[in-house]
Amino acid sequence: MSDTITSSDTLDHHEPHAKGLGRWLFTTNHKDIGTLYLIFSFVMLFIGGGMAFVIRAELFQPGLQFIQPEFFNQMTTMHGLIMVFGVVMPAFVGLANWMVPLMIGAPDMALPRMNNWSFWIMPFAFTMLLSSLFMDGGGPNFGWTFYAPLSTTYAPPSTTFFIFGVHLMGLSSIMGAINIITTVLNMRAPGMTLMKMPMFVWTWLITAFLLIAVMPVLAGCVTMMLMDIHFGTSFFNAAGGGDPVMFQHVFWFFGHPEVYIMILPAFGVVSQIIPAFARKKLFGYHSMVYATASIAILSFIVWAHHMFTVGLPAAAELFFMYSTMLIAVPTGVKVFNWVSTMFKGSMTFEAPMLFSVAFVVLFTIGGLSGLMLSIAPADFQYHDTYFVVAHFHYVLVPGAIFGIIAATYFWIPKWSGYMYNEGLAKVHFWLSFIGLNLTFFPMHFLGLAGMPRRIPDYALQFADFNMITSLGAFLFGTTQLLFLYIVIQCARGKGEPAPQKPWEGAEGLEWTVPSPAPLHTFEQPPKVD
Amino acid sequence: MLSAFVRVTKQLAVIASLLLMSWAVHAEWEVNMPKGITPISETVYDLHMIIFYICVVIAVIVFGGMFWSIIHHRKSKGHQPANFHESTTVEIIWTAIPLLILVVMAIPATQGVFAMYNSDDSDIDIQVTGYQWKWRYQFIGEDIDYFSVLATPRDQINNQATKGEHYLLEVDEPLVVPIHKKIRFLLTSNDVIHAWWVPELAVKKDAIPGFINESWTYIKEPGTYRGQCAELCGKDHGFMPIVVKAVEESEYQDWLNEKKEQRRLELAKAAAEAEQTWDLNELVTKGQQVYEKNCQACHQPTGEGLPPVFPALKGSAIIKGDIAEHIRVVLHGRTGTAMASYAAQLSDSEIASVVTYERNAWGQNSGDTVQPSDVAELR
Ligand code: HEM
Ligand SMILES: [Cu+2]
Repeated sequence: MSDTITSSDTLDHHEPHAKGLGRWLFTTNHKDIGTLYLIFSFVMLFIGGGMAFVIRAELFQPGLQFIQPEFFNQMTTMHGLIMVFGVVMPAFVGLANWMVPLMIGAPDMALPRMNNWSFWIMPFAFTMLLSSLFMDGGGPNFGWTFYAPLSTTYAPPSTTFFIFGVHLMGLSSIMGAINIITTVLNMRAPGMTLMKMPMFVWTWLITAFLLIAVMPVLAGCVTMMLMDIHFGTSFFNAAGGGDPVMFQHVFWFFGHPEVYIMILPAFGVVSQIIPAFARKKLFGYHSMVYATASIAILSFIVWAHHMFTVGLPAAAELFFMYSTMLIAVPTGVKVFNWVSTMFKGSMTFEAPMLFSVAFVVLFTIGGLSGLMLSIAPADFQYHDTYFVVAHFHYVLVPGAIFGIIAATYFWIPKWSGYMYNEGLAKVHFWLSFIGLNLTFFPMHFLGLAGMPRRIPDYALQFADFNMITSLGAFLFGTTQLLFLYIVIQCARGKGEPAPQKPWEGAEGLEWTVPSPAPLHTFEQPPKVD
Repeated sequence: MLSAFVRVTKQLAVIASLLLMSWAVHAEWEVNMPKGITPISETVYDLHMIIFYICVVIAVIVFGGMFWSIIHHRKSKGHQPANFHESTTVEIIWTAIPLLILVVMAIPATQGVFAMYNSDDSDIDIQVTGYQWKWRYQFIGEDIDYFSVLATPRDQINNQATKGEHYLLEVDEPLVVPIHKKIRFLLTSNDVIHAWWVPELAVKKDAIPGFINESWTYIKEPGTYRGQCAELCGKDHGFMPIVVKAVEESEYQDWLNEKKEQRRLELAKAAAEAEQTWDLNELVTKGQQVYEKNCQACHQPTGEGLPPVFPALKGSAIIKGDIAEHIRVVLHGRTGTAMASYAAQLSDSEIASVVTYERNAWGQNSGDTVQPSDVAELR
């Protein structure tokens, strides 16, 4: 099969022979664009992480030490927005750009020019968003959920920039999603039926549909804010006959599918990695596909579980409680399938596998606390406390972020042509694992004991756990510099040259092309049987 | 390998028991939800513990199976991969069993929801209104209406003084309620969304402008129960605590009478003050107190504000300009901004004095005086 891609190591006639900056600005190549997305996400990781550093430094001890409450609120808001829209989503789009064509045997993405456009919108969107921090009155300070009227009537003037930033990100995401759907549905190699697609492609296909469905809802939401702020409407202003609760319904109708957008591709990643290192086929491929689809469908009817305390009627409270409990079932199926894949395998524990195993364990902890949160009466105690902060960090950090890191170690030999330093990667893993649990586990205790979230200062009984949490956060944060170093070493060609298929148990078309993958692959479609 | 595993397990057990012991010593390391002192809080606590144990059992099974495989099915131990990769039967089993568990769990949870929502037949109704950043309590049918504000001094927050025992969880005037009575809360807000939360009562409900939410409690034991605002509501969200003092019925009656008497005196005093004419010094002194309590959270002690959301007063047009306009802003607020109306919170003499203070503070020394009668005219 590998002889189908001939020596196309150099730029050929498809590519304008741009060099230097021009190559990256005008590129329509899925691999280049994938790389751009990944670099962008990495940069944002350190910016968003720096903000988390500021937050945890302030919360290291009771009292106000370093920053004032108004700046604290800007830090939590920006941290959330950047991590969600600037780190997790672009990283997954980057992985999709690199891997989806390679995995389905396509020469490129279906809509390469739009691909370029959807990446290059991002730096502008985030420059706009970040610049608001330096404006009069500061940046957005109303939390990443930006509930009205705090984000409208009571918001700083820079909110308009925030709104346009969100519009641009949404535009980029929608275009990215259209591109992925078109590619997957139209450009599969002959013989690659839908039910033969790798799980990563499946999870991304489903994610892309979620994106197309909900990003316009977010756009509508911020547009109504814009109207309320500048054009005298009262969508969310009770004094003018509007409804602040409607804001939350609209936001979470976007927001809940959004949290699945941030995890489904990671499900896909570990579903590639665990079989490779267990040297055994993925257990229950079909049920994995159906479970992913069920999660995606259910994610549209659970949104108000974020709103159990806003005063919904009892019937609504019950509906959303039941539907949320239900979503734990397909999630459980996925976990059981991963464990069964490992069962009676022949496992080795290189870095991608370590991160994937940690993913399964820690994501499950996050899923279980999610199940606790779904019990509406109990959620009255959990809601808006550190217990919720613990829950979503357990699903997002060892979930989404570990998924991204595992994917990087798994595929970086293919991207760069060099093996990463396995010893350092193991150190990276263990320090991250310890740091992360030190950071987020005590948050469960803090929340149950009564510490609200989004506060810059706290009562004395919360002091000990906050200190542990902050120390854990500093450990976790600085450890990621090691990750940066490891990745840069690969990119610079320091390390063992990677073979075409560096992992004994790995399967899939991406391992049939040379390492590094040449700029153009599968110009002749491969045959899949 | 196995003996090494046993050795490591033993060491871990020692470490864990040490940790547990230090935990016991650190009695203040609260790790669980309080059981609380109301029927609802006990229901909630029980639900929390049931679902928690269900999660623990699931976790033990899943992680047990996983780590067993991780230990035994390694390549380094020469384990050969098996071939199976599909079984409809087990898929059905592990869909059905969790579903059953959840159905069983849903029964008590549903009962919990209905219990929480049944706020009928209350003995006492209290309207709770969130303000940026304080709470207002109005006892319906009684002539009681007051604000409850953070009592922790600023220098403790700024680390210039030792922090007291109830740092950030203390207020000037707690909410006093009787035990063994069904108390209904009617929650709303004057500005942004807040949430009124007292963990020991398991009451948490959003206070939303333009809406009235209901919640209720029935306290079984006298005591002081502390909570906080639980919905991000702007700058001082972390500084608007709630203190509920639950007392015996007789003590509650005494408090009611005292509070009503106090309110009568205040109103009488305000009326008397409104008649009086004040000199500049008196107005400025009193005005400064009013300013510190009501205005400086936003406009800052220096009068420089935090522009552009909280504009500067010092040197501003409003303070240098027309007195009537100045009074009107304080009385009625500015719609579409964070500037609230103070008509309900401050008496004529308080508004007169704070307006005078603002016109003479921060080196402006305009010499303007405002009398309570000026305010009364514009009310
Ligand atoms: C078993 C699956 C899950 C269940 C049953 C579940 C349930 C819940 C519930 C009930 C809440 C609301 C808590 C509250 O505010 O009181 C919540 C919050 C949250 N969940 Fe999950 N969850 C699950 C999985 C996930 C996943 C996979 C993610 C993302 C990767 C996620 C991300 C979040 C986030 C970000 C929030 C907090 C949003 C905010 O208020 O800022 N959850 N979850
Ligand atoms: Cu509040």
